[in-house]
Amino acid sequence: MANVLSVRNLTVRLDDRTILRNISFDLERGETLAVIGPNGSGKTVLLKTILGMYPYEGTIERAPDTRIGYVPQRIDADRHLPLNFKNLLAAKADVLKLSAGDVEDTLRAVGVSHDVLLTPVGHLSGGQFQKTLLAFALIGKPTLLILDEPTASIDQPREEQLHALVHRFQDERGLAAIHVSHDLTFVYRYATKVLCLNERGLCFGAPREVLTPETLEKLYGEPLAHYEHHHRHDHNQNHGHNDDGSSS
Amino acid sequence: MDPYSITLALGTAVAAGLVGSFALMKRMTLAGDVLSHIALPGLGIAFLLKLNPLIGAAAALLVGTLLIWRLDRSANFSTETAIGVIFTAAVAVAVLMTTSEELIDALFGGFGALTPIEFILGMLAVVLVVAFVFRFKDRLVLTLFSPELAAAAGLSIDRLNLAYLLVFALTILLGMRFLGAILVGALIITPAAIGRQLTHNLSAFLAISTSAAVLSVVLGFIIADRYGIQTGPVVVTVAAVLFLLSLLKRKR
Repeated sequence: MANVLSVRNLTVRLDDRTILRNISFDLERGETLAVIGPNGSGKTVLLKTILGMYPYEGTIERAPDTRIGYVPQRIDADRHLPLNFKNLLAAKADVLKLSAGDVEDTLRAVGVSHDVLLTPVGHLSGGQFQKTLLAFALIGKPTLLILDEPTASIDQPREEQLHALVHRFQDERGLAAIHVSHDLTFVYRYATKVLCLNERGLCFGAPREVLTPETLEKLYGEPLAHYEHHHRHDHNQNHGHNDDGSSS
Repeated sequence: MDPYSITLALGTAVAAGLVGSFALMKRMTLAGDVLSHIALPGLGIAFLLKLNPLIGAAAALLVGTLLIWRLDRSANFSTETAIGVIFTAAVAVAVLMTTSEELIDALFGGFGALTPIEFILGMLAVVLVVAFVFRFKDRLVLTLFSPELAAAAGLSIDRLNLAYLLVFALTILLGMRFLGAILVGALIITPAAIGRQLTHNLSAFLAISTSAAVLSVVLGFIIADRYGIQTGPVVVTVAAVLFLLSLLKRKR
């Protein structure tokens, strides 16, 4: 099957510091690539480079007609800005020349109400906010969805809902996804491929082949003795491990 | 008082209210003061060459705008530091080459009578600024809310930023004529601060900022005319009083 995205020998230097070195991976239609790694390992830089926001060496090849939907971890902007999602959706619809019907359909499918669209962004709950960001990403029928820890700021039931929603859209539309995650349960359940990032080395492949206790220890810099147990029963405990091994 | 000057001042107020709203959201409210001071050496050179001072100011503003745009793009440089250096250097150079009388005009506004050409070009600039804001308001909002979302939606953030900065500089140029380098920043920022205080919604925000700017200019002109004092400082004082009044409203 044709690749939606093909990355070869990608190197990114920012301010004379090498953030990413020689990264290669392919992503096909319907696949989910999980990107894992400690804080500061360049996960977000990788996503932004794919979005075209940073200069790079190597090649990033997108299939013709690739449309990207992006769901950020959080928004750095002042949440008290006098704007609502109706303004933001209007901007995207304007740039992509989308019909009102397209926007309405996506909002209905994700389950975003009209009231939410008219509420100032700063007044939305974390769950409403993330869900509307997902709807924002999904309008315009993207072929590649990029998610940067989209569930970091919401509680667990909503997190599961959001994952399920993304997965449903992937099934229905054959969407490829790149998903930065700290959550190994998610990686095992949904990812078809895993890319591990850190400064000392990296891995790429299917989750069960790549994510051995040895690679995880190397990746996060501490033994994760019970990871096999955690990923089945209580993935919250994994967050603690993952946040510790900062490499920068 | 000359109706052309008043018309152009009102048009300038509309432009400043709109452009200022985005400056406030982009957290670049002090950029107005910086750019207006960068315009000073341009004014000085124009005075020396006996040119229309606004031509000199326009040229200096263009250079300043491109400079700020470039600096803003390079991540490995503190934009604020650079702007601080350039801005004070510009003032120093301007003071060295301008007579004190011209300098007062340049700093506080009011140089010369308005010529028909200046009026027409000024009104064209107003129309351009207003049209730009209405055409691109949603895109501007998207880039300032999240550059990543804007990039994913296929927007060229760099180009939009440059366009906005140019429109911003044009608004400064319009305002320099009657407010001068020191006060023009106030017409950009104070009405927007009032709008921000009173509303949560983009359209209402733009409407209130613009109305506050227009009201400041109208009241400023009336008061200045009645008491025979300089217009610019009165306009800015009125805007500041309106801002204080807006603080009485408790924001949700």
